[in-house]
Amino acid sequence: MIEVRNVSKVYGARRVVEDVSFTLPPGGVVSLIGPNGAGKSTLLSVMGRLLPADGGQVLLDGRDVAATDSAALARRLSILRQENHFVSRLTVRDLVAFGRYPYSGGRLTAEDRDRVAEALAFLDLTALADRYLDQLSGGQRQRAAVAMVLCQNTDYILLDEPLNNLDMRHAVAMMRLIRRAADDLGRTVVVVIHDINFASAYSDRILVMKDGRLQHDGPPAEIMRPDLLEAVFEIPVQVRQIEGQAVGIYYR
Amino acid sequence: MRFSPVRFFPIRSRLALPAALMAVVLLSALSMAVGTGDIPWRLLLTDPGAGDLLLITRWPRTAALLLAGMSMALCGLIMQQLTQNRFVEPGTAGTVSSAGLGLLVMGIFWPAAPVAVKMLAATGFALAGTALFLLIVSRLPLRSSLLVPLVGIMLGAVVGAATVFLAVRFEMLQSLVGWMAGDFSAVLRGRYEVLWLSGGLMLLAYAVADRFAVAGMGRDVAVTLGLNYRATLALGLAIVAAVNGMVTVVIGTLPFLGLIVPNLVSLMRGDSVRGNIPWVCVLGGGIVLACDIVGRVVRAPYEVPVGTVLGVFGALLFLGVLLTDRAHARP
Amino acid sequence: MPAPKTRLLLLLGLTLVVCALFMTVGLRGRLSYVLAYRAQVMAAMVLVAVAVGASTVVFQTLTRNRILTPSVMGFDALFVLVQTAVIFFLGTGGWTGWPPLLRFGVETALMVGFACLLYRWMLSGPRRDLYRLLLAGLVCGILFRSLSELMQRMLAPTEFSVLQGRLFAQLTLPAGDLTLAAGALVLTAGALLWRSRRELDVMALGRETAVALGVGHDRVVTRMLILIAVMVSASTALIGPLTFLGFVAATLAYQLAGTTRHAVVLPFATLLAVVALAGGQMVLEYGFGMAGTLSVVIEFAGGSLFLWLLVRKGRM
Repeated sequence: MIEVRNVSKVYGARRVVEDVSFTLPPGGVVSLIGPNGAGKSTLLSVMGRLLPADGGQVLLDGRDVAATDSAALARRLSILRQENHFVSRLTVRDLVAFGRYPYSGGRLTAEDRDRVAEALAFLDLTALADRYLDQLSGGQRQRAAVAMVLCQNTDYILLDEPLNNLDMRHAVAMMRLIRRAADDLGRTVVVVIHDINFASAYSDRILVMKDGRLQHDGPPAEIMRPDLLEAVFEIPVQVRQIEGQAVGIYYR
Repeated sequence: MRFSPVRFFPIRSRLALPAALMAVVLLSALSMAVGTGDIPWRLLLTDPGAGDLLLITRWPRTAALLLAGMSMALCGLIMQQLTQNRFVEPGTAGTVSSAGLGLLVMGIFWPAAPVAVKMLAATGFALAGTALFLLIVSRLPLRSSLLVPLVGIMLGAVVGAATVFLAVRFEMLQSLVGWMAGDFSAVLRGRYEVLWLSGGLMLLAYAVADRFAVAGMGRDVAVTLGLNYRATLALGLAIVAAVNGMVTVVIGTLPFLGLIVPNLVSLMRGDSVRGNIPWVCVLGGGIVLACDIVGRVVRAPYEVPVGTVLGVFGALLFLGVLLTDRAHARP
Repeated sequence: MPAPKTRLLLLLGLTLVVCALFMTVGLRGRLSYVLAYRAQVMAAMVLVAVAVGASTVVFQTLTRNRILTPSVMGFDALFVLVQTAVIFFLGTGGWTGWPPLLRFGVETALMVGFACLLYRWMLSGPRRDLYRLLLAGLVCGILFRSLSELMQRMLAPTEFSVLQGRLFAQLTLPAGDLTLAAGALVLTAGALLWRSRRELDVMALGRETAVALGVGHDRVVTRMLILIAVMVSASTALIGPLTFLGFVAATLAYQLAGTTRHAVVLPFATLLAVVALAGGQMVLEYGFGMAGTLSVVIEFAGGSLFLWLLVRKGRM
């Protein structure tokens, strides 16, 4: 279980995250939505101990992530940030294999290799496994980065905009995969996401942030309401039920 | 928003420049009074021989300090205009080390050459080195304002390595170190007069200051305004190279002077080239005088070369600008 | 394209050939004496190569770029400043009486302290762009050299000559006990770096990825900076500042090794540095009779390479 307790983060004079609290029981997909600059990515980084909180704490099964041994934590919780630029010239397989570092310390066992192959297959990357990252398209690189995180084989997975750079086919494939990771493997996945309809279609729970604060928290049916979305995103949004799915329409 | 220091250090008073001038005159007087051997001040008016020390060693030294300081600082201003980059000065453009190479080549092949010939050789090398620098800079794919001085420092290091290699080969390393030290202790009557030429060059620079100002807005603007850009560039280069030739032959290097003085002046007054030239000269001369006095006093009777004092002082100021002020460097 | 391990073996072969040549070319006089002398020079060169090659590769990993190196950022100059400052403030009298090893130890300790403070601050402060960092490092180097010179000029001439003897140690005259002390330090630091080679692979992915994978990024940076400072102290004490050797070795290693794994790149850079030092010294000393110019030639070649890369890439 992840408990976020009164977390705040300040950059200079700007309060980017302000007094956010919620609890994530194990299992399920949780989407984090909100306008640009709402503090979603910052909150995710604090949860993944990439950034220290300026107030409050994040507990994983009762232990503060900032104080837990980082190597042990890397076997329980993985996080993928948006910018993934590497100076090392790596193949896709090399990169994905780094996901096994928390277990192998860089010396791959046969089991590690199997896991790497699985993750590559999961993300439809087997054919590209020996290509260098700098020869790939943005979407392919994004999938490679997600494969690395998957390979880390953790109970909790935090993904910051995993749909970045993906076309429709791969975006849907990515969301299905996230769903499957939760349903079949019992993982808990938190995704920062911009497309409210993906959030609506795939998550069990949606957290809405604005101006650094957590404004709403509930299942998709509760969040996908025109008045709520309009207040958050400051544009008119209509919501239609299509094939049992709440779909927001906001393009014109 | 651009940091506008002019508002923080306004120097608007008409009396400011005369006051600064007075300060430099006082420093000059102090500079003449300091040194080994007492000057019989009381006898100056009565005994015709009493002034010899003053005329043979003290006055030449003070004059050389002033001339070299003023003209090197002005070189920095000109180069910053021509490259549109605040971090460029003779030392960060390969000019100084090229002049040093020229001096060494003369030392190897014609050690007995008159000072004027050595100066010409140093000027020629300085010209070639700076032109090479400008050529490289013009080919940079990315015009980062910080990449330009980096390239210049590297070019200077490469030329410097070639110079040291030659010096070792011809067993002249010690002489080379002595020549380039930025040392005024050997300045005597008869050995510095060539520096007065730099005074003429400064007047020339002042006369054409507006062209440098226009060139400082970039080639496109300059051409649009009808300026002969190439000629202006060539003139600026020639002035810079000639000043460096003279200063290198007579004194050696004055590190960072051309960098810190124009930047300090532009912090105080903004960026009017013509209006800044007198300030750059006054401040350049004053700083060199002050550093020289410090170098003579701090470890008397030994002398610390002014170049060494300037190296410490200038590097500190440069670092301060680099690490604290982020708006400054971005064009 | 041969595999990285094959390439490493090929380079090892080349290195052994160069070393054998260095030991045997133009032997004259009493064989045992000459051989012992050359072996001592050779040992110093290998130590310097390990120190410079490894510390440069690791520094580039920490800063995540291929253009910053410890020497370009002023590490060497800082060590010379420490040496000068120690004589300046303690005077030569009692200080020269100290055993050289103790002296070297004190200097290295001071160097480690200052280097960690200064470069941790520089590297971890508010994110500065690379050019600013590089320029700041170069200017720091100039500042340290100027400060050293200032202090040297303020010493009495006798103290100055003592210091000069210590500062301008050259490859041709390595002091025996110093080689031993420096050797022990370099080998210890090198072994520690080698043990961290896989951790360094992760560090090269950047701070966030490294932390996400469970590597204590900031702690590793501090530990590595300490090891780098130790290695630079040792190599500078042995042959004086060499600004571009590390840059050349690391750049070529990344070009030629065919991988970015530290397990290959670290030894690759080290062997390349050995080849550059031993080969260069052999050609200069026995080919041209110019023993003292190796560092200048490396400065020239390395500086040109650096300049060329700056201009060609523009962006690093």
